[in-house]
Amino acid sequence: MRGYLRVIRAIVWKDLAAELRSREMMSAMLVFALLVVLIFNFALELDVRTRETVTAGVLWVTFAFAGTLGLNRSIAMEKDRGCLDGLLLAPIDRSALYFGKAMSNLLFMLAVEAIILPLYSVLYNVNLFVPGFLLVVLLGSWGYVAVGTLLASMTVQTRTRDVLLPILLFPVVLPVLVPALKASDAYLQGLEMSAIMPWLNLLIAYDVIFTALAFMGFDYIVEE
Amino acid sequence: MIEARKIVKRFGLKPVLRGVDFHVERGEFVALVGPNGAGKTTFLRILASLARPNLGELRVAGFVLPAQAAAVRRSIGVLSHQPLLYGDLTAEENLRFYGKMYAVQDLEGRIGETLHLVGLHRRRRDLVRSFSRGMQQRLAIARATLHEPALLLFDEPHTGLDPDAAAMLDDLLREVAQRGRTIVMTSHDLQRASDLATRVDILSKGKIAASFQRGDIDTQRLLETYRSVTRE
Repeated sequence: MRGYLRVIRAIVWKDLAAELRSREMMSAMLVFALLVVLIFNFALELDVRTRETVTAGVLWVTFAFAGTLGLNRSIAMEKDRGCLDGLLLAPIDRSALYFGKAMSNLLFMLAVEAIILPLYSVLYNVNLFVPGFLLVVLLGSWGYVAVGTLLASMTVQTRTRDVLLPILLFPVVLPVLVPALKASDAYLQGLEMSAIMPWLNLLIAYDVIFTALAFMGFDYIVEE
Repeated sequence: MIEARKIVKRFGLKPVLRGVDFHVERGEFVALVGPNGAGKTTFLRILASLARPNLGELRVAGFVLPAQAAAVRRSIGVLSHQPLLYGDLTAEENLRFYGKMYAVQDLEGRIGETLHLVGLHRRRRDLVRSFSRGMQQRLAIARATLHEPALLLFDEPHTGLDPDAAAMLDDLLREVAQRGRTIVMTSHDLQRASDLATRVDILSKGKIAASFQRGDIDTQRLLETYRSVTRE
């Protein structure tokens, strides 16, 4: 188990160190997310009450689109210089490789969210610092990168990976995005826990299912 | 060290390897030469456990592939035309990362040793993206040998190198070979293959078509045989 965690830590450290120097992925994700939020801001000139009802939708659309850029770049970075072969040649459990990449992708996505949420709060005058909502953002982001990392590892082998990933990812990740969106909306509108719990449970269930599927399937996906 | 029997590999309906028999003893330096599309890289990827053969039996470093792939991976080091290095990490950071993947003991000591071996110790804190192609290939050798594998698989390591860098790589390959490692190297370059290796095998039309031991290697005869077996 210590060896397994050592591999995950090494992959996460490597991705963070490389990204801190190149800033390729984070800057692309961040600029894209900012543009989406700004476009929505100008497009939806709504009253305060209506703004509260669209907040969850706008945010999850932003996170999902920006996340796709990050997923593509994160796996392409391994493929472009042949480093994916370097990782596959190592005598490690391949699920550790998957979890390492998924953890890095999650950290990049959370970093973008940590910048977008306060900005959105200011632009739309909506209080997003609700602990329950932040928990949903975390759970939804994990579900998204759990499926996304798996599918990105599959599409990176193709020439049309940039186009193929969103086409494959969005239908598959819908069971995560819908409960995340509904639970976020319920938290932000201050609904009772009885209205929130079914969506939260569904989100947790899909997180567990997708993580388990990725854990079992990653080895077959990266195998030639 | 390597026992491959009747290895067949097809991509779709197209056969690339048509029953390759290949044996390598411990300490040998075998050069596998052949024209483009002969299946050299495919065969090396099969030996490295990165691809599975459709048919055939394969034992590498005493372990059966694909059943004992993890044990095989622990025993091999691979160098390909791509360096398998991260450009945004320093030389030292790249080796430290791979060292952790292989659970190398006394990692910092090994990093220092291998960087000295490939002559990059003074550049250890420089980003790999600032390295020339030759320096990247030398660092790739350090990466491939960091965990002290018994078997090294080199896939056309001279690709893209200028003559000086290629000559420096030759010296490095000789030094690695003198340390008692078993090496299998694919190449297009018959002269270089016969200079470096203790045995030269010609892979053509998906099979080993000819084999020369060091004592028998005569460049002219090798060239003639190569031409005759690779002719369409």
